[in-house]
Amino acid sequence: MPAINDFAIKLANVNGTGSASANGLLMQSMFRMGIPVAGKNLFPSNIQGLPTWYEIRVSGKGYGARALDYDLMVAMNAQTYAKDVKEVRSGGYVLYDSTWPLPSELYREDVTFLGVPLSTMLTETVPEPRTRILLKNIMYSGSLAALLELDMEIVEELIKEAYGKKQALLDSNRKALHQGYEYAKANLSCPLPFHCARMDGNRNKILIDGNTATALGAIYAGATVAAWYPITPATSVMDAFKGFADRYRVDPVTKKNNFAFLQAEDELAAIGMVIGASWAGARSFTSTAGPGISLMSELIGLAYYAEIPAVIFDIQRTGPSTGMPTRTQQSDIMLCAFASHGDTKHILLFPNDPKECFDFAVQSFDLAEQFQTPVFMMSDLDIGMNDWVVDRLEWNDDYRPNRGKVLTSKELDDIKTYYRYSPEDENFVAARTLPGINAKGSFFTRGSGHNRLGGYTETPAEYQEVMDRLLKKHKAAAKFVPEPIIERKQNSTFGLISVGGCDRACREAVDLLEADGIIADYMRIRAFPFGREVEQFIMEHDFCYVVEQNRDAQLKSLLVLETRVPKEKLLSILVYGGFPLSAASVVEGIQHKKAKKQIAAKDLVLMEE
Amino acid sequence: MPSIAKPIVTHPSLEKNALGLNLRAYEGAMSTLCAGCGHDSVTAAIIRAAWKLSIEPHTMAKFSGIGCSSKTPTYFVSGAHGFNSAHGRMPSIATGAGAANRRLVSIGVSGDGDSLSIGIGQMAHAIRRNLNIVYIIENNGVYGLTKGQFSASADVGSKSKRGEANRVSPIDPVMFALSLGVTFVARSFSGEKEQLVPIIEAAFKHQGLALVDVISPCVTFNDHEGSTKSYAYTRKHDFHVTDSDVIFPADELIASISVNGHTAVTMHDGSVVHFTRTPEDYDPRDRAKVFAYLQRHQQEGKVPTGILFIDESQSDMHGVMATTDTPLTEVPFDDLCPGNAKLEALMEEFR
Repeated sequence: MPAINDFAIKLANVNGTGSASANGLLMQSMFRMGIPVAGKNLFPSNIQGLPTWYEIRVSGKGYGARALDYDLMVAMNAQTYAKDVKEVRSGGYVLYDSTWPLPSELYREDVTFLGVPLSTMLTETVPEPRTRILLKNIMYSGSLAALLELDMEIVEELIKEAYGKKQALLDSNRKALHQGYEYAKANLSCPLPFHCARMDGNRNKILIDGNTATALGAIYAGATVAAWYPITPATSVMDAFKGFADRYRVDPVTKKNNFAFLQAEDELAAIGMVIGASWAGARSFTSTAGPGISLMSELIGLAYYAEIPAVIFDIQRTGPSTGMPTRTQQSDIMLCAFASHGDTKHILLFPNDPKECFDFAVQSFDLAEQFQTPVFMMSDLDIGMNDWVVDRLEWNDDYRPNRGKVLTSKELDDIKTYYRYSPEDENFVAARTLPGINAKGSFFTRGSGHNRLGGYTETPAEYQEVMDRLLKKHKAAAKFVPEPIIERKQNSTFGLISVGGCDRACREAVDLLEADGIIADYMRIRAFPFGREVEQFIMEHDFCYVVEQNRDAQLKSLLVLETRVPKEKLLSILVYGGFPLSAASVVEGIQHKKAKKQIAAKDLVLMEE
Repeated sequence: MPSIAKPIVTHPSLEKNALGLNLRAYEGAMSTLCAGCGHDSVTAAIIRAAWKLSIEPHTMAKFSGIGCSSKTPTYFVSGAHGFNSAHGRMPSIATGAGAANRRLVSIGVSGDGDSLSIGIGQMAHAIRRNLNIVYIIENNGVYGLTKGQFSASADVGSKSKRGEANRVSPIDPVMFALSLGVTFVARSFSGEKEQLVPIIEAAFKHQGLALVDVISPCVTFNDHEGSTKSYAYTRKHDFHVTDSDVIFPADELIASISVNGHTAVTMHDGSVVHFTRTPEDYDPRDRAKVFAYLQRHQQEGKVPTGILFIDESQSDMHGVMATTDTPLTEVPFDDLCPGNAKLEALMEEFR
């Protein structure tokens, strides 16, 4: 049951009508009241006119996954009334614009309807229709502030921060806010049984989306060449990078840029630019989504084989093909692990929230240069585009980039002959040289067959020698990538494994199951290649559930391929409809499988369907 | 690609350039192309131009895609880094490298398949960005490595070795580039060293993308009767629109803007491209006129060659992006990383 600081609301709107700013206002007000909160934007691939929803989960306990049970629906979209009203839990509330009577067929006995004559009030005071549409959002936010007992000082402060420089806008927004607030106070029973109360849950926390944090990571890592092609949901990485670069990377004296920002003609070119820039010695990256990875696969193979660093931020969305561009998924795992033709294998990092996006973005550059290879940071739309409450981002000023083995001009002078791929170090990496430094370090970079010295070859043994070293190099990276996060419990009966943005829902599910007497150990995988701990965790359990957001159990498949664990130990819970994961789906999945297990315990493979 | 080390034989009589280097210092591995291949002559011209310009070998960066032409960077300036990338992707690789280190003296060698089919998009956008590069297309109208298919530059009616005539309209890299706003475009013939070397020199002097379309006959698949990219055909129809020479800043002659009534264009570093001969009313700085002139003469079946157009007034990619003068690869980390104090302040904006 909902309670103070423990409830979920959903706002149904039409996109392109300014609802996003009202959503942000509500969410941020709660955040500033010190209450842990999570917002999920469920938006269409459209500019204007289609249904869009925003969910806010308020959780004093700090659960940040999506809730599926709505206590209050703000139904502002006539197109979706019927569906929206249906989604409210029994005993819940619906806030609607009572300018027009709600169609009688939508009426529900078990739900309380809260009418606010928003359009009537706006028509009386605001002459311009477009402004009315925009202010409607602020007006119902005022009513919600009354119903949910938001701190009006904070709400006003936020409005001032947003419109402070434009007095007319500030006045009209303030007025609409108060109209909505006063109407609710006078006509509705405020507050609702569930509402907000100030607490101290957000000390040292920030509210940030993963794409902004990723971009900031690239800035802090010292990346100078950013190349990309616009694509949802990765575009805001580059928007943010450009914003931060304009702020932090312009030389104060010359006013010239300490960065190059290249909007490429397509993803083929974007990754080409990244590879060219990395080859020349810059830290360079691109941000993209699944369709972009498909296009980039050609040159990713070149970077892998020629051993050139490249950092790729994959903000995963729903595939295949165009799929659902504004919906989330973790369906590029296999694609990225083996991107390109021939035998290739890459390093993947899986952040679970914006904080890790920042940390892993930096680490991506270090790993890419240390291992002279492409590194994928596997974010997704949920992490990338939604605002998350996370710990403040931190930076250690002692950090120095790990540029890997790069010979200086002096070092080149001191060696007899330079060969690009020999000698190799204990991690199977050979020193590279950069163009423009010393003629003694010159070599010919090629994607064609080459031997250990870098020369062209079509000789089987010479070719295989290099390919084998590349495999060993990939394996060696396991010791340097982020280790899994493991939480073991006494009397656990199975393991739960997840990845990336599934983390918060899975942690909550572990707690929910425990309350039911079902004890699970938990492991969140943070990188590929998998370290020993990953294999160990699976081995020490009779069976493990692998929770991921794709149809084909890609993480599970990768675990089966790349560890020695028996396939039968792994059971999948797959939620891949495109919305962020909720704990309920995980619990349901486990209960469903457990029930099945009792029926056919001896045939675990069959259980897999 | 296969490459065979070339024995370095020097003779004391070999002339030295300003760096004290002779021509041998600009050579590369032994060519593995067919005997008589036009591309080898282009390689020789690049070697001579780089030597004449006294480019320090290690400051050069050589780029290519895939195809016979794309093999050639192994055959010149072995002291420079080379990057033999993927089919049609040379422009993006060179763009990234150029963005990272603006001091690199970049040269890209491509072919008509590499640049006009699979890589036409990347070439077009490199031209739009005005990447600082000498961009050579070794144009033979045919795919050599896959044994003789027509390329996108094959003229209508030109016959394949088996006698089949091409029916698909060709893409002319010069006209295409002009329409995209290219800032330097030239055409030459691999059999015309006297014309080609100064063109490549001028291309190196150009700040921005210098496209050099070189008709470079394929002796194995496209040098027969009926081909419009053969040695014989090109010799017959080659028509020098302009002749030019590059005069370096050190020379006394740079003062004049116009010599003997002919045009001279001052390049970025002060050197001058001096047109020793141009047709009357031809101005290599007037895009529209050049376009019309070339269209008229190409319709007559001529192959107009020479430096056809120069616009030295446009900013190159770095100028447009307002990148710092120091190569980005040399900017110290402390100037790139804002540090913890700034991050702490920034975090307040996410409250």
